[in-house]
Amino acid sequence: MIPVAFDYVRPESVDAAVALLGERGEDASVLAGGHSLLPLMKLRFAAPELLIDIGRLEELQYLRLDGDEIAIGAGTRHTTLEASELLDTECPLLPAVARTVGDPQVRHRGTLGGSLAHADPASDLPAAVLALDGTVVLRGPRGARRVPLTGFYTGVFSSVKEPDELLVEVRVPRTGAAGWAYEKFTRRANDWAIVAVAVVDGWVGLVNMGPTPLRASATEAALAGGASIEEAAALADEGTDPPADSAGSTEYRRHLARLLTRRALTTAGR
Amino acid sequence: MKVHITVNGVPADTDVEPRLLLVHYLRDTLGLTATNVGCDTSSCGACTVLVDGESVKSCTVLTVQADGTDITTLEGLSPSPDELHPMAAAFRQEHGLQCGFCTPGMVMAAVGLLEEHPRPTEREVREGLKGNLCRCTGYHNIVRAVLRASGQDPDAAPDLVAPGFSTGSGT
Ligand SMILES: Cc1cc2nc3c(=O)[nH]c(=O)nc-3n(C[C@H](O)[C@H](O)[C@H](O)COP(=O)(O)OP(=O)(O)OC[C@H]3O[C@@H](n4cnc5c(N)ncnc54)[C@H](O)[C@@H]3O)c2cc1C
Ligand code: FES
Ligand code: FES
Repeated sequence: MIPVAFDYVRPESVDAAVALLGERGEDASVLAGGHSLLPLMKLRFAAPELLIDIGRLEELQYLRLDGDEIAIGAGTRHTTLEASELLDTECPLLPAVARTVGDPQVRHRGTLGGSLAHADPASDLPAAVLALDGTVVLRGPRGARRVPLTGFYTGVFSSVKEPDELLVEVRVPRTGAAGWAYEKFTRRANDWAIVAVAVVDGWVGLVNMGPTPLRASATEAALAGGASIEEAAALADEGTDPPADSAGSTEYRRHLARLLTRRALTTAGR
Repeated sequence: MKVHITVNGVPADTDVEPRLLLVHYLRDTLGLTATNVGCDTSSCGACTVLVDGESVKSCTVLTVQADGTDITTLEGLSPSPDELHPMAAAFRQEHGLQCGFCTPGMVMAAVGLLEEHPRPTEREVREGLKGNLCRCTGYHNIVRAVLRASGQDPDAAPDLVAPGFSTGSGT
C-alpha cells in the first residue's frame, strides 16, 4: 500500500515548524513517530499535501521537573517514557502505561505528543494523562496556550487543537508515592485495549468507553465521599457511551469498566 | 529528496520520493530482499530492521525519515554463512524457524531486544517479540533460541514449560 504523493519538509526548529503550520495548516500534517499517521496514509484514509516532520526536533524531546509538575516534550517517544527513572519515581503511572502500548518496534517510534494529538479513544496514554489531570501546551500563529486534558477532546479523532497549532509539551503532576494502577484488557498480545482503566491517587481514567477518553467521575466522587472500592467501582460506567464492535458489546464494555476499575483501585490501594 | 543512509555499513546517497517506504527502499532500490513484507499494516513484524540499533517496522517508516541513519538488515548481521551472528546461530541450533518467512524480522527484533535487555527472562523474550508473528513454530523454539543467544541455557529457564501471557497491570 502506497500513500498518495506528498511534499515533505523537516524544519530545523519548533519556530520554523510553527511558522510552516501557520502557512499550510489546512493541507499539511505534522509527522511525529508516524505510527498512527502513516498507516492511515497507506490506506489512503488520509492524504495530506505536505508532511512537516518534527520527529528529529531535539527541542521537543525532554523530560524535566518543573515545580510541582513534570514537563515532557511532545516528541518524547514511548521508549523514553518507559525507561525514565525520573518518571519511575515522580509519576510511575506514565511509564507503566507506555510499556503496554503496542510492541517494542511501535514504542521506538511513537511519541507522547502524537498519541495525545491523534485523539483515538482506544489509545492508552491519553486516558493516563487525563487521570493525572495533565495539561497540554499548544503553539500556533496566535501564540501559546495551555489546555487541561479534561477540556481537550471533543470527539473521536478530534480535539480543540486547531490545524495550525503544534502540541509542544505535556505537563503532569508529580504523584510520587500515591497509589496507581493500569488495567488494560485485550484478547491477544499486541491488541489495542477493549477497555482499560488508569487509576492514580483516587482519580480514574477510562480507555475506549466513549468517543473520547473519559474520567469515571461518579467513581471519583464516591471515593472522595468515603465509599468502599466495591461501591465506587460499581459506578465506573456511569455517564459513559462505550462503542460496540467485534471485540465486545456495549454491555460487555460496561462490565469490563466496572471490573477493571475494581481491580485497579484494589492494586492502587486507593 | 536526497537522502544519505548507511545500510549494513555501506553509505549511499540516493534521490527518493518522499512516499517511498523504507522497506521498499531496502528491497527494491538496494535489492536487499531478506526483509519481508507480510501484513503491510505494521502488525506482523516481518519487515523489522534496526535503525540506529533500534528495531522498527520498515513498512511504517518513510525512507526520508531514515535520512542520516545507520540501518542493519539480516544481510548485514552475520559476517558470512560460515560465521553466523550468535542470534542466527541460535535460531539454527534451536530450530527456531520452519517456513522462514518471519525469520529475518524475528531475528532482527531479537537482536534489538538483547541490545536493550542483555539477559532477558523467558517472559521478557515473549513480551519483547510480541510485535512479530510466526504462523509456523508456535514460538517455543524461537524463545529458546533467544535465551540461548543471550548466553542462557533454555532448559534451565524455570517457566519455559508453561508459557503464560497476560495483559498489562499496574504492578
Ligand atoms: C501496530 C501498532 C500498534 C499500536 N498499539 C497501540 C496501543 O496498544 N495503544 C496505543 O495507545 N497506541 C498504539 N499504537 C499507536 C501508537 O502509540 C502511535 O505511535 C501513537 O498513537 C501516535 O504517535 P506518533 O508519534 O506515531 O504520531 P503520528 O502518527 O506521527 O501522528 C498522529 C497524529 O497526530 C498529529 N501529531 C503528531 N504529533 C503532533 C504534535 N506534536 N502536534 C500536533 N499534531 C501532532 C499528526 O499530524 C497525526 O494527525 C499502535 C500503533 C501501531 C502501528
Ligand atoms: S509488513 Fe511491516 S509489520 Fe507486517
Ligand atoms: S517460520 Fe513460518 S512464519 Fe515463522
